[in-house]
Amino acid sequence: MTSAGVRATARIAATADGRGGTALPVLEGEGPIALRRTRAAGSEARVMLVGAMSGPLGGDHFTVEATAHEGARLHVGSAAATIALPGQAKGAARYDVRLTVADGAELHWLPEQLISACDSELQVGTRVELAAGARLVLREEQVLGRAGEGPGRLTSRLSVRRAGRLLLDQELACGPGAPGGWDGPAVLAGHRSVGQLAVVKPEFEREMPRAALLGEFAAITPLAGPGLLVTAVAPDARHLRRVLDEAARTLG
Amino acid sequence: MTRAALLVLADGRFPAGGHAHSGGAEAAVKAGRITDAASLEEFCRGRLHTAGLVSAALAAAAALGLDPVELDEAAEARTPSPALRTAARRLGRQMMRAARATWPHPELDALARLFPKGAHQPVVLGVAARAAGLGPADAAYCSAYESVSGAATATVRLLSLDPFDATGVLARLAPELDRVALAAADAARRAVDEGVDALPARSAPLLEIGAEAHAAWAVRLFAS
Repeated sequence: MTSAGVRATARIAATADGRGGTALPVLEGEGPIALRRTRAAGSEARVMLVGAMSGPLGGDHFTVEATAHEGARLHVGSAAATIALPGQAKGAARYDVRLTVADGAELHWLPEQLISACDSELQVGTRVELAAGARLVLREEQVLGRAGEGPGRLTSRLSVRRAGRLLLDQELACGPGAPGGWDGPAVLAGHRSVGQLAVVKPEFEREMPRAALLGEFAAITPLAGPGLLVTAVAPDARHLRRVLDEAARTLG
Repeated sequence: MTRAALLVLADGRFPAGGHAHSGGAEAAVKAGRITDAASLEEFCRGRLHTAGLVSAALAAAAALGLDPVELDEAAEARTPSPALRTAARRLGRQMMRAARATWPHPELDALARLFPKGAHQPVVLGVAARAAGLGPADAAYCSAYESVSGAATATVRLLSLDPFDATGVLARLAPELDRVALAAADAARRAVDEGVDALPARSAPLLEIGAEAHAAWAVRLFAS
C-alpha cells in the first residue's frame, strides 16, 4: 500500500512538417497516461489519450501538456471516459491540463467525459494559452456519478488566455462538501451532466456568432473577445453530448 | 472610516438601480425552478456561492486598490453570458452616478473616464466603498448581500411570496454570507501579491443559460 499517489506527466508537441501535414516531435506518455498517434485526417495529427490504469485516484496528480506550434493542426481525443475514483491515499486527486496554441495553429481538444464517482475527490485545472492567430475547439463534460450512484466531489476550472488577455475563467464546484446550492435551481437543478464547448478563432474578430439558446438547458454565448462558450446541463452524458454536438454543427 | 457609510452603500434604497434586476430569479420562476420560500433559499444559496462570491471578491479587490481595468477584464472572463455582462455594466454605470454624487473622489472620476459605458458593477462598488472610507471586507459584504437580497425581493413580487418568508430566507443565509464575504476578502488580499487569477471564478451554469433565455423574452418585469 502506498500512501502517496501517482504523479505522471504526459507531453505532446505538434509542429508543421513542411509538407502540409503535422508532425509530433514529442509524444511522451507516463505511468497511467499513455498516448497513441492514430490515423491522421488531412493535415491534422490525431492523438488518443489512453488510460492504462483506472484513475485518477485520491492523492494522484496527473498533468497533460499539449502544444501546437505555428502552423500545426492537432486533434486530441481519449479512448474512454476518465473516472475519478476514491483512493487509498489521503486527499484530493489533481488533473492539470496545459494547452498552448501558436499563431496559425489549431487545437481540437475533445476528450471523453470525466466521471466523478461516488466518494472521489478531484480538482481539475485546465489552462489554455492562445496566440492571437490561434484556433481552439475544446470540449469538457462532467458526469456526476456512475449509473445509480451519487457524485464525488469535483472542482473544475477552465481558463483561456488569448494574446495575453484573459478571455474565459470559469470554475464549477459540485458534489458532497461543495459550497451549498450547487444542485439547486441556480446552478445544476438536479442535472447530472454538465458540459462546455469553447471555440476561439481569429475570424470571430470580424464576425461573432450571436447568442442563442439550444433548448431550455443550453446556450451559445459570445465572449468578450473572439471566442464563444457553449454551456449545457443535461440529465445524463448521452443527452449532454447530443446538445454539444448540435452546437458544434451550428457553429460549423 | 465610518461604519454607517456601509449602511448607506448597502441600503436597498441607495439609488444605484439594483431594484430593476432580479439576479436571475425571474427566469428561474418562469422555468418553475423557484416556486416557494424553500426553492428561493436554495436558489439564493447557489447564487451566493457562485456569482455572489465572484462579485464580492472583485469588489473587495477594487476596494483594496487593485487595477480596476484588470478587475473589469477578470469580471468579463467570469461572465460568459453577454446579457449578464450588459446588465453588469449598466448597473456599474448607475452605481457610478450614485457614488460620485454621494462620495466624490478622484478614483471614481478616473474610473468613470476609463469606462464611459460603465465598468462591471462590483468593480465600481469596490471603488465606491474605497471612496466612502470602507475596507475590502465591507465591500465584500455589501456585494455578497446584494447577490441574494435582489433575488429575494424580486421573488416577493414575482410569486407574491410573503415578504416575511423572503426575509427569513436572507436571515437563514446570514452565516454563509459571513463565510463568503470573508473568503472573498481573503482572495482579494491574495490577489494583491498573486494577481487577479487568485480571485474565485465560481460559475452557475443555469444562471448563465437562464439569463440568455430571459434576455430573449418580449415582456419581462425585471431587466435581468
